[in-house]
Formats: sequence, structure tokens, C-alpha cells
Amino acid sequence: MIANEMTPAVSFQNVARHFGAVKAVDALDLDIAAGEFFAMLGPSGSGKTTCLRLIAGFEQPTAGTISIFGERAEGVPPYRRNVNTVFQDYALFPHLNVLDNVAYGLMVKGVGKTERLKAAEEALALVQLPGYGARRPGQLSGGQRQRVALARALVNQPKVLLLDEPLGALDLKLRENMQEELKSLQKALGITFVFVTHDQGEALSMADRVAVFNEGKIMQVGSPQEIYQRPKTRFVADFVGSSNVLPPDFVQRYAGQRRWGSLRPEAIRITRDAGGDAIQARVSGVSYLGASTRLALDTEGLRLHASVPSGSTVPEQGDAIAFTFNRDAIHLMDEAP
Amino acid sequence: MSIASVTATRQAPVSAILPARGGMLGALSDLFWRRPRFLLALMLLPPLLWLGIVYIGSLFALLLQSFFSIDEFSGLINREFTLKTYAELLQAANFDIIVRTVVMAALVTLASIVIAFPIAYYAARYAQGRWKALFYLAVMLPLWSSYLVKVYAWKLILAKEGILTWLLAKLHLLWLLDGWLALPYVGGNSLSVSATGTFIAFVYVWLPFMILPMQAALERVPGNLVEASSDLGASPGQTFRNVLFPLALPGIVAGSIFTFSLTLGDYIVPQIIGTSRLFIGQAVYSQQGTAGNIPLAAAFAVVPIVIMGFYLWGAKRMGAFDAL
Repeated sequence: MIANEMTPAVSFQNVARHFGAVKAVDALDLDIAAGEFFAMLGPSGSGKTTCLRLIAGFEQPTAGTISIFGERAEGVPPYRRNVNTVFQDYALFPHLNVLDNVAYGLMVKGVGKTERLKAAEEALALVQLPGYGARRPGQLSGGQRQRVALARALVNQPKVLLLDEPLGALDLKLRENMQEELKSLQKALGITFVFVTHDQGEALSMADRVAVFNEGKIMQVGSPQEIYQRPKTRFVADFVGSSNVLPPDFVQRYAGQRRWGSLRPEAIRITRDAGGDAIQARVSGVSYLGASTRLALDTEGLRLHASVPSGSTVPEQGDAIAFTFNRDAIHLMDEAP
Repeated sequence: MSIASVTATRQAPVSAILPARGGMLGALSDLFWRRPRFLLALMLLPPLLWLGIVYIGSLFALLLQSFFSIDEFSGLINREFTLKTYAELLQAANFDIIVRTVVMAALVTLASIVIAFPIAYYAARYAQGRWKALFYLAVMLPLWSSYLVKVYAWKLILAKEGILTWLLAKLHLLWLLDGWLALPYVGGNSLSVSATGTFIAFVYVWLPFMILPMQAALERVPGNLVEASSDLGASPGQTFRNVLFPLALPGIVAGSIFTFSLTLGDYIVPQIIGTSRLFIGQAVYSQQGTAGNIPLAAAFAVVPIVIMGFYLWGAKRMGAFDAL
């Protein structure tokens, strides 16, 4: 098949990867469009990393077909795939300096020394580490190592760049900076990025599209807005955005339909006034989060979480309060009751 | 366990600082804790005395002997500084011994590296639990039995009437053995009296000393470096040359120090298996024994030390220890 505009960068058709009785990935269909920033989100053991390793070629599917830009990839070893990976712990070669690390891919492809070192210098400049070439990986901070790993992958001009929880080991501030940088880098280069993370905030803020994984299957694929505002299943609602999952009975009372529903914590308003349609509740936990305060509310045998912005009056643990929410804020899920 | 039951066990009032333990041992523990260097010095003193006086001291005495000479008429040692004994090493007969030993040691080391690598790689990368235990047992087991027994066993295996000749005859490959034995230097009447036999026995007895450090070095190479190399487009051969080998090099050098220096100094294996041509160890043995020429024996004994010094210096310059 000749790749054209419509050919997906990565296409999984009925792909399975079983390890004995463990179904790491099971009957998976997925298309990742060329040039998009795609996030695979899920808890550990949900199959997202196995998916990434299937694209990289470290794992082979037990069933199904995988195509990369229209070309079948089963049985093709990693070194014959124009796909590069940024590893979770970077996997920089400790015996090579930074420049040789970055130039490694070009070196094994037989690119001449002056040419490959020049390309490596440029890649280092791209990740804002110009002049760091002579250092050893061991002399760099975690954030710098991460950038070197990125440069080492990008210098090969891959068709698809795979990132395996690349920000997991960085501290919060650095992580936020890197998120923005990765995003603008992806936009500038136009390379397809496939990003694995268990951090829903990271997935939502960076990706064009998100796939939510659970137990080897994809629960939902969509834009961050879709995933966050219209989760299809309880799992997605719970995992993404820590939405309140509402049982069918509750939903029927307030939204008129007997379906599972979800309600985001910020949609709940605490009131002092118990009249009208307000729901009585008891505050069973208060967690201060800086920009907001998270309340755990017990009502009707249900535990709901509410997010109260900082600055407003916050009830204390044990207080009896009432809360309301806009009926439209209840999102009905596809999952059968 | 509930919170109540945890707090219930805390009823007895206990002070924040516990009283000192009685007796001399208690006082000694406190002293050691306050002065950890004192404990360290106490622990290091006996081995340092042993190393410093008994070991380094005798080595120094040896070095000193090599600068003396022997009076050819009286056979007495002339205790005056001279380099005459070292000049004797350069005489054709003695120099041959040195070259023969060094070449043998180098070949044994190379063969050990080649044979040990796959075994060490398997043990480091793939062996788990029970298989790993089996690996250690298989590698260590030969070290538990007497070295002499093993060498004599090899003499029987390699003898003309031995199992190897019998096996090759059954396979109709005797012509191969005869052809090899007809070669100069490596050949002889049978394997057990040829340099090839010495080589085989050396490789066998020193192999565990190569496998273990190599396995330890490979164990420290994270598996994802191999994956990263492959991901960046390196074929398995390129990954071996550019990643695995350089990272295993400290272990290979450590192992080769054993195989190389043990072969350089050994005098039992070539005496039991091999030709009548001497190795350094045998030369030292005969010079200090029957010949009574202690200075020449000492000078011979200095040769492996000097060679090892150059070897380590070269390895360091090659960057063998950079990955440590």
C-alpha cells in the first residue's frame, strides 16, 4: 500500500499480545493519524506500554496485524523500523558522552563522523542543550537526561516517536515545562508522537487524542474534551478527572433516565441553605489542594467528591451541609445499568 | 489492627532515651558508635599487617633477590646490586620460556573470553531462580574439587588411549587429530604431551574465573540499553560491538587478569600435561630448587608482575574501566 494523507501512522487490527494466560493486550483496534499527538492513558498493567512496545517492535503480537504508515510490521525487528523510542528511564548509554549518545542512531546507519556529529549538535540545540555534548550521561540532571533521550530519538527523523512515561521521573515544575515544550516541539516537527502515561492531567493537556486503556482493552478514544466531559464508561469517568460516578437510581432521580452517570467535582456547589432541591450531605473529608479544596461528601449511601475553589468558605469535617448541581451537568454514560 | 489496640500496647510509660546497657560490651558498643573510625581501624589492622608485612614484605624481598647474582664457581649468592640476572633472562633459552608462557597465557585468556561470554550472557540475561542457582553450581562445582585431580583427569582424557581419541576414532575423525598433532609447536605424540593439551587444561581450570566477573558485569548492564540500541537501528551485531562489549569490558578485564596471571604463574599444569619445554612457573621452581639459583628464580618471578602491570596500564588506557 502506498502511504497517502489518509493512511494512519499506526494501525492496529484485532491485535492481541498474550503472555501465557495474561492478556496484556486483547483484540485491540486502533488508528493513530499521521502527525497527531496521541496519548495512551491507563493504570499500570492496563496494556498501554505493551501497545507501545508492539509499535517499537520489542514485542510481537500473538494475533492481529499492525501497520505503520500502511506497511505491515509483524515480524519486523526494531532495528528495521523507522520508529524511535524515548524510554521511561531514558536508557542513555553510560559509556558514551552525550554527543555520541545522540549520534548513535546515525553511527549504526553508517553516516560519516563529521556529518553525524553535526546533526547531533543540532538535535541537542533543538532540545535546548547546546554545548552539552562532551558530558557523560551520569553528569546530567534528570531533566537534562530526558532531553538527551529526546534528541537521540529525534536525530533519526523517525516516522513515529514513542514516549514511554517520559516525564514520570521529573519533579512537578520541570514536568510542566517539559509538557509545554514537547507539545510545541511536536507541532513544529509534525512527527507523530505516541505518548504513554498514567497521569490523566498530562494526557489531557498534551494530546490531540487520548485512548483510555484498561485490562488490555481500549475503553474510549477521543479528544481530551470528549474523554473528560463525555466518558462512555464508569471506568473512564473514574480514571479521567476523578469524576463522581453516579449509580442508575441516583441518575434516574435527578436526570430522569435509568443509566450510569458521571458528575465532575467542580459541578457541585455547596450551599448553606437546605431548601429547594438541595441534597443533604455530611462532610467526611477535607483535603486542601492549593487552588481548590476537595471535599468528600456522604449522602444517600454514596460518597461524592466536590471541588471548592480557594477563597470561598470551606466547611469543616463533620459539618452537615447541602449541595446542588446543575441537572445538565450529569453526563449519561453508554454503559448499561 | 485497630487504632485502639495499637495505643493500648503503649500504656506502660517508657522514657524517650533508653538507659545505657550495662557491662563492658555495652560501653564498647557505645564507643564504637561514637567513634566509627576506631572500629574501622580495629577491623583493618590484622589484615593490613598481614598484607603489609607477610605479603608485600616478601614480595619486596623477592624483588631485592632479583638484583643479586650467583657466583658461577662457588654457587654462592653475591649480595651486590647488579642487573646481570635480568640480562640472563634475555638469553635465548630463558627468553623462549618467557615468550612461550606469555603466548600461552594470551591464548588461554582469549579462548576463555570467547567460551565464557555466551555462558555469562545467558546467566545474566535469561537465567532466573532455579536456573540461575544451577548456573552458579555448574560454574563453581569444578572449583570445589582438587585442581590436581582435574588436571590428572584431563591427562587421561587427552591420552592416546583416552576417551577423546576413542571418540574421534568412532566419528572417523582421527585424521583430523593426527593432522593437528603433526603441526609444529602445537603438536606432539598425543594431546596429553602437546602444547594443545596444556592449552585445553588451562582453559578448563581457569574458565570459572572468567565467567563469574563477566556475568557480574553483564548483570549490571540494564536490559533497556540493548533495546535502546536496537530501537536506534543497530543490528544485534552492532549492539554487541557498541553496547554490550564495552559495558562488559571491565568484567572481561577482571576475568582476564585471573586467567592471564594464573597461567603466567602456573607450574603444575604444564608439568603434568604438555611437552618438556618449560613455562615461567616451572623455571622458577627449578631455579630456586635444584639449581639453587635464587636470583634467577626471583628475576623470572618478576616477569609476570611486570607483564601484568603493563597489561593493566594498557587496559586502563583503552578505557576498560571508564564504565565503572
